[in-house]
Amino acid sequence: MDWTALALSVRLGLLTVVLLVPLAFLLARTLAYGRFRGRGFVEALVALPLILPPTVLGYYLLVAFGRASPLGQAFEALLGRPLVFSFEGLLLASLLVNLPFAVQPMQNALAAIPPNLRDAARCCGLSPASAMRRVELPLALPGIATAAVLTFAHTLGEFGVVLMVGGSIPGETRTIAIAIYDRVQAFDESAAGLMALVLLALSVATLGVTNTLSRRMASRN
Amino acid sequence: MAAGLLHVRLRQSAPFPLAVEFTAPPGSVTALFGPSGSGKTTVLRVIAGLHRPAEALVSCGADRWTDTQSGTFLPAHRRPLGFVFQDYALFPHLTVREQLALALGHRPASGRAERVAALLALARLEDLAGRRPAALSGGEQQRVALARALARDPAVLLLDEPFAAVDWALRESLRRELMALQRSLSLTVVLVTHDFEDVAKLASHLVILERGAVAAAGSVPDLTGRNAVPGVAGWREPAVALDARVVCHDSARQLTRLAAHGLQLDVPSVPAGVGATVRIQIGAREVILASRRPEGLSLHNVLEARVVAVESGGQDALRLVHLAAGDVRLLSLVTADAVRTLGLTPGAPVLALVKAVAVDAFA
Repeated sequence: MDWTALALSVRLGLLTVVLLVPLAFLLARTLAYGRFRGRGFVEALVALPLILPPTVLGYYLLVAFGRASPLGQAFEALLGRPLVFSFEGLLLASLLVNLPFAVQPMQNALAAIPPNLRDAARCCGLSPASAMRRVELPLALPGIATAAVLTFAHTLGEFGVVLMVGGSIPGETRTIAIAIYDRVQAFDESAAGLMALVLLALSVATLGVTNTLSRRMASRN
Repeated sequence: MAAGLLHVRLRQSAPFPLAVEFTAPPGSVTALFGPSGSGKTTVLRVIAGLHRPAEALVSCGADRWTDTQSGTFLPAHRRPLGFVFQDYALFPHLTVREQLALALGHRPASGRAERVAALLALARLEDLAGRRPAALSGGEQQRVALARALARDPAVLLLDEPFAAVDWALRESLRRELMALQRSLSLTVVLVTHDFEDVAKLASHLVILERGAVAAAGSVPDLTGRNAVPGVAGWREPAVALDARVVCHDSARQLTRLAAHGLQLDVPSVPAGVGATVRIQIGAREVILASRRPEGLSLHNVLEARVVAVESGGQDALRLVHLAAGDVRLLSLVTADAVRTLGLTPGAPVLALVKAVAVDAFA
């Protein structure tokens, strides 16, 4: 059992959730309420990771993060080490790959808020920012919870992109999914089986918690 | 509550054509009346700053809220107005107390709890303060929506079909409560409705909208009681509303005599003092026409009138007869056959037998 890999996966998942959910909320809100040219294009872009093969996505990220790219060079100039095959690179990739999992549930939840409620918030004297905080945010909470859980669970399971941009450096980029693959390659069936079981249990537990939470929220509203 | 004349003027060609202008004096109740799709709600949304038409001027007293000419636009949340939405638009995640507190952002934090308590008492919601909207009845939700709108200390109160979602029995009492509040706070109210009952019972001024334009505007008694209201033949229940004066009470017979523009009407006792003004409403179905004076009737009011016009009603076999009685315009819904047999042509004399008169002591 590779505890380092599990810890790394959990850390990656939590960081992705913490960083991505607030940003994705703002993006989801723009997509749900904004009327601007190119909205359809942005929506398609957000959904792209859903349909793009992870290896293809990983390949492009590898190129974009590479030492020849402006992003890679800037990172290296700043921190003195390359972005590819680093935890930061993995995190950045994770943020991009999870965009649809974070944006879409929140966008749906925000779009489902009756327009009258948002009008009522304005007529109650709430500025757009406080209307977002006191009306939209609480009403979209089930969607936000779903976004967080999907993002976390998806990060734990992501394989192709991680392999492409992160490789399998223990403690740095070897996630639990990669570790399972490693163990299978090494014919270490028992370790692979144990880790797979842990991941399965974790996924089931996450889903259970979400279901309970969303049911509670539904009954509260 | 800074009262001032509310002046509204707007014009747009898209998404649907709309050209409306009217003023509402401080402390008045103006009804925007018309069939659905006539643009009533959009007018309210323009006043509230929730919709920006191509061309608009919305001013309240000396304050300009919207002026597309000078580019003035006060955002909705800075306008001192209360909006009661048709479906109430209560926040499902907040208790009654929290809904009211949310709308008190313009007051200093120290006085808010006290104000919430006062509003709860005003709308008789003390016992429901801890409940969420899902646990409230339709009438209770309406009171919460009204209290929340009043929490803004509004210069103008906007009501969008406020009684459409409650049943008939409740409607009466909610109207009464609303009028009492409007009186005591001398609120300027703009009310959107397609129910003439609301107009007759609540409004002092009337703006009739048809396909995005003002078909007629004026005071309710002048407009409906003394003129031909455009589109009246298409109403579900055509009626006129008038302001009448209490002349005397006959306690032995339990009757009250009312006078309005040269017309005298005896109605069941009205709880209003002699000299008081009451709003009366006479439905077209309550007026029977006769060519000779009948005898032995249970009704009290037989009025001499003259036919002004005959319109086809909403139903094929019915005609809406416009009558002049004194200075008052009455409506009578009769069959096309009756029009023929009684010879009801413009100018013909006729007797109008008024069965029932709805009286409200509000006016």
